[in-house]
Amino acid sequence: MVEGIVYFQARPASDMLLRGSRDSYWKKAARVAVERRAKAGTLYDRKAVESVRRGLKQWEETIYREWSEKAQGTRADFQTASGIPLKPVYSPLDVADADYPDQGFPGVYPYLRGVYPNMYRGRHWTMRMFSGFGTPEDTNRRLKLLLKHGETGLSVAFDMPTLYGYDCDHQKAHGEVGRCGVNVSSLKDMEVIFDGIPLGKVSTSMTINAPATVLTCMYAGVARKQGVPMSKLRGTVQADMLKEYIAQKEWVYPPEAHLRLVRDLMVFCTKEMPLWNYISISGYHIREAGSSAVQELAFTLADGFGYVELGLEAGLKVEQFAPRLSFFFNSTMDFFEEIAKFRAARRIWARVLSEKYGVKDKRSLLMRFHTQTSGASLTWQQPINNVVRTAIEALAAVLGGTQSLHTNSFDEAWALPTEQAAEVALRTQQIIAEETGVPSVIDPLGGSYYVEWLTEQMEEEAYKYFDRIESAGGLLKAIKTGFLQREIAENSYRLSKRVEEGKDSVVGVNKYSKQEKEPIDFLKIDFKAQKSQVRRLAAVRRTRDEPKVKAALAKLQKAFEDEEANSIYPMLDAVTHYATLGEIVDAGRTVWGTFKEPMLL
Amino acid sequence: MAKKSAAIQKRIRILVAKPGLDGHDRGVLVLARAFRDAGMEVIYSGLLPSPEQVAQMAIDEDVDVVALSLLNGAHMTAFPKVKRLLGRTGGKDIVVVGGGIIPEEDKPKLLRMGITGLYGPGSSFEEIIEHVRGRVRKERWKE
Repeated sequence: MVEGIVYFQARPASDMLLRGSRDSYWKKAARVAVERRAKAGTLYDRKAVESVRRGLKQWEETIYREWSEKAQGTRADFQTASGIPLKPVYSPLDVADADYPDQGFPGVYPYLRGVYPNMYRGRHWTMRMFSGFGTPEDTNRRLKLLLKHGETGLSVAFDMPTLYGYDCDHQKAHGEVGRCGVNVSSLKDMEVIFDGIPLGKVSTSMTINAPATVLTCMYAGVARKQGVPMSKLRGTVQADMLKEYIAQKEWVYPPEAHLRLVRDLMVFCTKEMPLWNYISISGYHIREAGSSAVQELAFTLADGFGYVELGLEAGLKVEQFAPRLSFFFNSTMDFFEEIAKFRAARRIWARVLSEKYGVKDKRSLLMRFHTQTSGASLTWQQPINNVVRTAIEALAAVLGGTQSLHTNSFDEAWALPTEQAAEVALRTQQIIAEETGVPSVIDPLGGSYYVEWLTEQMEEEAYKYFDRIESAGGLLKAIKTGFLQREIAENSYRLSKRVEEGKDSVVGVNKYSKQEKEPIDFLKIDFKAQKSQVRRLAAVRRTRDEPKVKAALAKLQKAFEDEEANSIYPMLDAVTHYATLGEIVDAGRTVWGTFKEPMLL
Repeated sequence: MAKKSAAIQKRIRILVAKPGLDGHDRGVLVLARAFRDAGMEVIYSGLLPSPEQVAQMAIDEDVDVVALSLLNGAHMTAFPKVKRLLGRTGGKDIVVVGGGIIPEEDKPKLLRMGITGLYGPGSSFEEIIEHVRGRVRKERWKE
């Protein structure tokens, strides 16, 4: 960090993002979450509850116990993947403390049962398959193919150099161009990726964080060439920098600098690109990094509240930006815990926005989310089994009320998916949508004693974490001291040890395994992508108007230096003149420097 | 008696690193904890070191082993580079092991360069730790 430059000024209004205070909202909320569950609710009348209590006691003490004693090997130590202990059976007693208004109806506060009144009766979730690899030409072909197969939204993955803001000809990019996604070094590449795809008609999700501002500008640049105004552009960039420090670790600058860029993007989009979802608050990576479902829920929502405070500090009203915030969750193998997580997330979000941030506008209370099945749950051993895993995870997401879904391909434990594997993954969603009947009834698990109990349990645990984060000095401090990262690493180690010790089973890995060697075909990326990208970039550098590029970059750097400026306007200008991704990101490196993460061992 | 105390003093020093643009650190952080619990002295490189930095760190920290992990497909450029740099800077006898997502067809070339292990996801800690111990005993401690 450069001395003397103000990166980001926090006003005292925020507490989730920046500071801890005694007897805050979070402390109270954590207490209320516990107390609420101890209070008698109105769902059942007292007499009925008493009769269930007697019946259950008798069942436990005689029928269940005798049976279990006779049947050898009935285990007692069942728990969810997050470690929440489980009873053998759930009954009205487990939800007797609930009030129906807490559960309510779809499209009605607190939205536990779904954000829309009709959910999948209106239309199915968006089947949004992430793709992107090799050269922009390769990705363009894949996107067109997916559109032809009936996919309803595009989603683009980028390679490591792009994600870290290096051009394809940078030394650090060597060997990595086009490997984990498509490479973008300048506007030219984006023009190729979206060639022949009408940007006014599709919605595009771009999985990009640190350079999200740059990619948003490039997308707007391509649209301008197609004659589509910015105000019509629909899509999402991830731009969730908080989770980068917590989990995915793809940052360029110190946290304050990235938050400032996010703030600029929020303000810019509110004015110029009102249909653009400029932050996708992501639990996915937090989960993939090894967290539990509870941690995913808590850390992701805490990030969400952090962005709400960021927007408020930028002078926006929550109603102006909350409808553009969307969420992105993981769906993995503990079926009911995942469903409970999705349901709890909706209720917490609506409740906190209403109670703490005083939001009245209904649209701002809705937690809309995308889900991706878990990459970490896939095994390279017996890879066809992954089709089954993905189907189960996808079903949990649908039962949890997701707005869009990506299903992983069975070969992804090993490499980027082949076309055939990607097609099976899409078909998995179509089978759930068209053949199972699951979409016919909204929140079909609502009212299940177990699911409602687990939903409340997850909620309670999340509130406790909010309180801990705030007590640790707020999110920024919790990130800079490594508190959140260590919580995740410890959980991830706990999970690995459980598998190693045989306490948790993974079919084909520590159970029912067999001798095998790399059994499937996989997509190979050669150096062709790197060569052709470097060639294209050289041509861009040769043919662009150099003095204009220099002037645009200088103006951009000035904007970076001025905390009060909005840097997106000069960035858009620089992009249009074919300043490269690396040059734009470097302008920021000059001003803000880089960031070294705290020790995590 | 002297022999026994030497054995107690002998702890494997291991540098765990991801040499490249790859922030997926779940595996290395888990492995670092497993090595630590197995009684080794673990040094973690932190994120995104260049191969040059990894090699330098290995020399500076005087480690017995460098454990490299990459999941992003860049192992065929990054792993050999670390190995070559070690050779050039006086770390020729430092044991280099690797892991991550490594296709079968890439393995022989890495093995020929002396980069062994090459464990994929789902490998057991025990197996990995034993491999590291085995190589250190043989090559570093000449047991």
